[in-house]
This record gives sequence, C-alpha cells and structure tokens, in this order.
Amino acid sequence: MNTTAKPVCLHVDGVAVEAPVGASVAAAIAQVTLRFGRRPGGGARAPLCGMGVCFECRVRIDGIDHQRACMTIVREGMRVETAMEPAHG
Amino acid sequence: MAEHYDVLVVGAGPAGLAAADAAAGHGARVGLLDAQATLGGQVWRRDVRAEAPRMARHAFHAVERRTNIARFTQTQIVAATDKELLVEQAAQARTLRYDKLVLACGARELLLPFPGWTLPGVFGAGGAQALIKQGWPIAGKRVVIAGSGPLLLAVAATLRKHGASIAAICEQASAKQLAAFAGALWRWPQKAAQALVLRATLTGVPYHAAAFVRAAHGDARLRSVEVQIGENLVRIECDHLAVGYGLVPNVELAQLLGCALTRNGSHPHVEVDDDQRTSIANVYAAGEVCGIGGRDSARIEGAIAGHAAVGATQAAQALRSAQRHARRFSALLETRFTLDARIRELATDDTIVCRCEDVTWSALRDFGDARAAKLQTRCGMGACQGRICGTALAELGRFPRGGPRPPIFPARLATLAEADFASTPN
Repeated sequence: MNTTAKPVCLHVDGVAVEAPVGASVAAAIAQVTLRFGRRPGGGARAPLCGMGVCFECRVRIDGIDHQRACMTIVREGMRVETAMEPAHG
Repeated sequence: MAEHYDVLVVGAGPAGLAAADAAAGHGARVGLLDAQATLGGQVWRRDVRAEAPRMARHAFHAVERRTNIARFTQTQIVAATDKELLVEQAAQARTLRYDKLVLACGARELLLPFPGWTLPGVFGAGGAQALIKQGWPIAGKRVVIAGSGPLLLAVAATLRKHGASIAAICEQASAKQLAAFAGALWRWPQKAAQALVLRATLTGVPYHAAAFVRAAHGDARLRSVEVQIGENLVRIECDHLAVGYGLVPNVELAQLLGCALTRNGSHPHVEVDDDQRTSIANVYAAGEVCGIGGRDSARIEGAIAGHAAVGATQAAQALRSAQRHARRFSALLETRFTLDARIRELATDDTIVCRCEDVTWSALRDFGDARAAKLQTRCGMGACQGRICGTALAELGRFPRGGPRPPIFPARLATLAEADFASTPN
C-alpha cells in the first residue's frame, strides 16, 4: 500500500501531472486527456481492456513508440506523448 | 548462454502463484513470469490506493519468501518451443530454457461490438476495474456497468470504493437465471458470502436484470448510453461505461506449443488430464486457461500442476476432489449467464469491429473465414493480433479465430533476432 508515499511527477504532452506510486501511465494520461491517440480512420483512440490485450492505450514513452500505457508503471520524470502516428501511414 | 529452470510458470495470478509455490516446495528451480509489473494477475491486481486481500497477500508472501523462485515481471512471451521461451523485458530479449512448463495464462474479457463502443470512456468491465485499481481518476464520475456475470458486482464495488457514482448495473441475464444462480451458490459458501457482502456494499445502486447496452453516444467522448431494460429503451447520461460479457481463456501460447484444445461454445480452452498435463508431455496448464472457473479452481489446479510437474503425484492427487468441487462452479456460470441472442446483433453496418484497423461490420460481410477477411480487409492484423475482434467474431458466430504465429505479441526486431533462441515450431 502506497497511500502515504510521495506521488510521482511526470509529463503528459508537456503537462506536469502527479500520480500515486505504482499507478499506470494510463491513469496519469487520464488526468490530461481521454484521447490516447488516433485511429487509422482519424477517430480518437482510448483504453478499452485495461490489461494489456487490446493495445488501444499505446503511446510514446520517453521517446519509444507503441508502449502500452496500462502495462507501464509511472516513473519520476517520465515523458509521455499521445500524439504518436498510427502504426501504418 | 540461456538460463535453465526445472519449471517455468507463465502467469502470476492465483493459478501461477500456487504452481510456483508447489513446485518450489519440492526443491525445484522455478521461474515465474508475468507481463504485469506486479504479482497477482487480474483477480489479485494490486490496488495502488488500498491493501490487497488477505488471501492474495498470503500467496504473494509464499512466493516471495522462496529463494528458489525467480520472479520475472514485465516479461512478455514472444515465441516458444517445447524446451524454451523467448521473452522480452523492457529493452532486452532473453531466452529461458525449461524442463516443465506450467501455463497459467488466465483469461481476458469477452468484448463485443455495438454502435459507439470505440468512444473514449467505454471500457471493459474488468478493464475498468484494472484501470481504476492502478490509479485512473474516477471519483465523482458517473458510470454505467453492463454485461454479464458475477464480475459486474465486484467491478461496481471497486468503482464505488474509489468514489464513482454508479448510475446503473445492467445484467443481461434474466431475473429467473439470476435466481437460479443465487439458489445454487450455497454449495460454495465462500462465494455466497462474497456475493452477500457485495450486495450490501452496493445498496442504493439501481440493478437491472435482462438489461443490456444497445449503443453508446457522445462526441469526443462518451456522454450517454442507450440501454434495453426488459421491453423499454432507456437513455442514461454517464462519463464511463464498463461493459464485459464474461471471460475468455488466453490460449494463444498453448496453441503455439501445439497443446490440444477443446471448444466449449465459441471459445477454446486447453485440454488437461488429472495431473493438469496438456497433450504435450512436459507442458501443464491450470486455471482459467483450462476453462473459466474462477479464483478457487485456479488456485487448486495451480497447486496440482506445480506438484505434478516435479513428479509429486501423491500431493497432486490429494487435491483432486477439491478441484472437482471448485470446477462445478464453471458449469453453473456457463448455464446461468448464457447470452441473450440480441447482444450478438448489436453491431450495425458502420460499427467498427476490428479496432486496430478500423474495419467495419459491413466490410466483413462477405468473408467466411478469418484468413480471407484478414488478407482482404486487414481485420485482425493490428497490434492486438485479433485478440479483441477475432474473439468477438467467433462469439458472434461469424468464424473461429485463426491460429497464432510467432511473435504472439508485438516485439522489437532485435528480440526476434535473438541468436540464443533455437527456432519456432513448424
């Protein structure tokens, strides 16, 4: 249980956010936007399964594309970007 | 040089934890792998703002105190043979060799397409619970919980604990089915007690039987849902929808290894004998991957597999009758939460079915098998590799999912070039 631990500070699309220790990157992003990316057809893409299966929450984390935000734990100073291009085209 | 283990256990939920503990108890060198960052799987996923249940804490402690169990979290399996696994960890590929393998890969949610299901704010039911346990901001949000099965109540309780306002719980099963389910629960006193506690926690939350979500509406995000409640169509304003139609075994790795599967309804599970052994001699399977049965059968089957994998047949057999009793619960789940046929007909022509590639229901109309559909429309070709749309199409009676090919999860090229990994089957 980490309720007393100091929260983790990270950046989501340049916005500073705080999240509890052990929180997922998805939870941190949700403080800023529900739009995690773009669908191939242009619509918004956002988390669905919450457990690493659907890949709908994939984002760029510290410069690396296609990381599942629901499977990644927040780290101090992390830089998360939701403006990643669709996987093809 | 690849590392070698007597027993590798895939999945650190109730089944995998029990398997690792049992095998290690006989002195075996065990490796326990999971894609998540912490032990627990889905049912015992840690809540960053609350303490884990006592049963889960015991299971974690049992594994953590054993020096002969190596724990590999955030480890994704990419390919497998009957002797080794190719895994990916953060920025590194690794080959792990084994004598015996225990598959405790668990289950995922059955998610079915309906108009508006791609709107931000729509989650799976278990999906919502997972996200919220890991810190997703939900306090003050209005949530509709829908779908089927006992999981819906647990989801509602978690969300409420974290400050969500539950606008409605919509269970597709009829009141008659639910009464029959509740009436049979006395045979599993722990589950009956759990159900009572959940009901008490949810006092004041509108609960509808024979109710299902027909469509979700919104602009950039979800604003409301259209719910069929008996004969009435009702619109409910909400910020989130958590909708799941039950669970589906994660059989991809078993399939890749060539383990025999049985199809019970639309979705396959792994076939095992009395020792939890699959059709591949040195591969065992336990828990949800052998058919949806819940936490209790998973724990017992995990222990049986762990004992059997190191040749402790007597210890394994001693658990047999408990396992049979726990497994009867799966039959109850199947018969009492059968899906209303109308739920399979919710997608309209322009409803996206394959979310990775934006393939609509109408684009798939003329295809009779998964392979043809994939080649012509890219359906199932995206990052989830058909785990969502393929499973949905099987449930909707269109066509069964195609078999997996390595890599069974998207992997970096450097991982696929890992020199230590011998080859992939066929």
